[in-house]
Amino acid sequence: MLRFASIRLLRAIITILAVVTFAFVVLRMSGDPAQVMLGPDVPQESVDAFRKAWGLDQPLWIQYLAYIKSIFSGDFGVSMRDKASAMQLVIDRIPATLQLTIPALFLKVVIGIPAGVYAALHRQSAVDRGVILAAIFGFTIPSFVMGLLLVLIFSITLGLLPSGGQDTWQHGILPTLTMSIGGIGILARFSRSAMIEVMGQPYIRTASAKGMAWQDVVWRHALPNAAVPIVTIVGFMVGSLIAGAVVVESIFSWPGIGRLLVVSVTNRDLAVVQCILLIIAATMVVSNLIVDLLYGWLDPRLRAQNAH
Amino acid sequence: MTAPSVNAPLIEAKELVRTYEVRQGMFGKVTPVRAVDGINLTVMPGETLGVVGESGSGKSTLGRMLLGIDPSQEGETFFEGKPMPKLGTPEWRALRAKMQLVYQDPLAALDRRLTIAEQIGEPLAIHKLVPKEHRAARVAELMVAVGLRPDQADRYPHELSGGQRQRVVIARALASRPKLLVCDEPVSALDVSIQAQVVNMLRDLQEKNRIAMVFISHDLKVVRNMADRVAVMYLGRIVEEASSDVIFSAPLHPYTKALVSSVPVPGKPLKGRMILQGEPPNPANRPSGCAFHPRCPLATDICRTSVPQLRQVGDGRTAACHLVAGADQPVAA
Repeated sequence: MLRFASIRLLRAIITILAVVTFAFVVLRMSGDPAQVMLGPDVPQESVDAFRKAWGLDQPLWIQYLAYIKSIFSGDFGVSMRDKASAMQLVIDRIPATLQLTIPALFLKVVIGIPAGVYAALHRQSAVDRGVILAAIFGFTIPSFVMGLLLVLIFSITLGLLPSGGQDTWQHGILPTLTMSIGGIGILARFSRSAMIEVMGQPYIRTASAKGMAWQDVVWRHALPNAAVPIVTIVGFMVGSLIAGAVVVESIFSWPGIGRLLVVSVTNRDLAVVQCILLIIAATMVVSNLIVDLLYGWLDPRLRAQNAH
Repeated sequence: MTAPSVNAPLIEAKELVRTYEVRQGMFGKVTPVRAVDGINLTVMPGETLGVVGESGSGKSTLGRMLLGIDPSQEGETFFEGKPMPKLGTPEWRALRAKMQLVYQDPLAALDRRLTIAEQIGEPLAIHKLVPKEHRAARVAELMVAVGLRPDQADRYPHELSGGQRQRVVIARALASRPKLLVCDEPVSALDVSIQAQVVNMLRDLQEKNRIAMVFISHDLKVVRNMADRVAVMYLGRIVEEASSDVIFSAPLHPYTKALVSSVPVPGKPLKGRMILQGEPPNPANRPSGCAFHPRCPLATDICRTSVPQLRQVGDGRTAACHLVAGADQPVAA
C-alpha cells in the first residue's frame, strides 16, 4: 500500500510539473507581457527596462529554471500589475468560485443521480423518456448559451433575478443553475446507463429470485455496483470545482478564479496565470487520487490489484 | 435414485405459454414469438427432471416460468398443489425460500462487491430463517457441504476458481433448504474435469436433502448422469418425455434419436449415426405442421400440414410424432 501510495504521489507531482512547464512555455510564446502591459506607443527603452525588471530578457530555459526553483521554495511570483503576491491574489478569489461550484456540484449530484436511477428503474416509461430528453437538452447546450438564455428569461423577461455581480445570494442563483444544468444531464445519463447495465446482471435476477424485496435488491446490490462509473464522473466534477467556472463567471461578472484567469491571460500577467493553472492541476490530480481510492472501496477486485 | 414416495407432485405446470414480441424488418413489425408453447409437466418431490434441447428451444424460459420469475401468459403452475402467487407479491417472495435457481455463469450470478459468506447467508437474512448470531455457523456448514473451506468465507468471488464459484452459488441456493432447484446449464461454463465434481456434488446434496430438481442442459451426458426423467424440447414444445434410461436406450422421436446419436461414445465409429441437418428454425417463423419436419429425414406429407400432439406411447412415456408406432392416429389430418 505504501508503495502504491508513493508511486501515485510521484505520478501526481510529475503531472503537475508537466502542466506548469507547458503553461510556462506557451504563455511566453503567445505574446509579450511588456507590449500588453505598457501599451503600443511606449519607447523601446521602457520596454527593455520592463523586460529586464521581470527577467524576460533572459533565455527561456534560465527563466524556467528560476521559476521552478522559486516554486519549490514556496514563492509563486508577483503580479505584474501591482506586485501583489500572485498566490495571495488567487487564494482571495477561491471562496467566490466555490460559492458557485459547490452548490452547483450539490445540485448535479442530488438531481442528476436520482433522476438517472429512477429512469433506469422505470425504463421505457414516460418519466424515463422525459429524463433522457431533458438530459440531452441539458448537456448539449453550451454554458454560454444556457447562461444567456437564463438571463433572458429570469432577468430580462421576468425580472426576477439579477443578471450579474455578487452582491446578494440571489446573484448566485443564475450562475449556479447555468453551471449545474449540463452536469445534471451528464450524471442522469451516466447513472441511467450504469443502473440499466447492472439491473440486467444475473446476480440481480438471482437476488430477486431469492425472494429479496425489490428495494433491497436496488439498495444492496444494484446501486453499489452501479456506483463505480458514477463515482468516476462525480470525481471529475469535484476536480473541476475550481476550474469549471471560467465561462460562467465571465458571463455573470462573478469575481472568482475564472474571471481572474481570463483577465490575467488578457494582460499576460504570467505569474498569476501560472499560479491558477498550478492550483487547477493540483485539484484535478487530488480528486483523481480520491476517486482511485474510492474504487478500491467500491470494487474489491481493484483493491486486490492495488495491494501488490 | 430412489423413487419418490409421495404421489402428489411438487410442481405441476399446465399449458404454459410465454410469448415474446420481436420487432422485425425496417418498420419494426411486431412478431410474436412463442418461446414456450403449451407445456405440461410435473416434478415429484426428490425427483430430477432433465430438460434438453438446442439453444433457442425455450428451455431456459421454461425454467424461469416454473420458478414464477418469468410470468406465463397462459396456463398455470402449481407448487405443492397451490397456484403460483403473482410475481413480486409477499406470498411470491416467501415462496422463494422453497425454490431456488442455479445459473450457468457463477461469476455473473454473484455480486462482486460482497464476500461469499455474505452472499451465501443472504437467503437466510431475507427469509429470516436463522437468527443472526447463528448465521455464520450455518454459512460455514453450507460451505463445507458444497466442498468449500470455511476459512474461505471472507473471499470475494474474483478470488475463487470457476468451480469454487459455482459451489458458492449452489451453497447459496441450498441455504434456505429449498424443495425445488432449477439448474440452468449449471456446469456448461466449467472445465470438463470440474463438471464431474460439481455434478456429483449436486447429486449427493440432492439425495441427502431430497430436493427435486429441474436440470436444464444441452449436454446429454450430464443429463443422463443426473436425471430420472428427461423432457426433450424443440421450438418451445416438448416432443418426447420418458425415463432417462428409456430415452437414451430407445428414443422414439426422430429429434431425440438425432440428439442421442450425436453423443460421442468412445470406441464407437461415427458411422450409422443420425446427423441433424441445418439449424433450428427461427421461432418467429415457425414451420407449418410438425416444427421439426424441415430437418427430419423421415418427414411425410402429414408432418408438413398437421401439428402432432404429445401422446402416450407406452408406459410413462409420451412423444409428439406422427410416425411413432403405438401413437394414436391424429384426430384430424
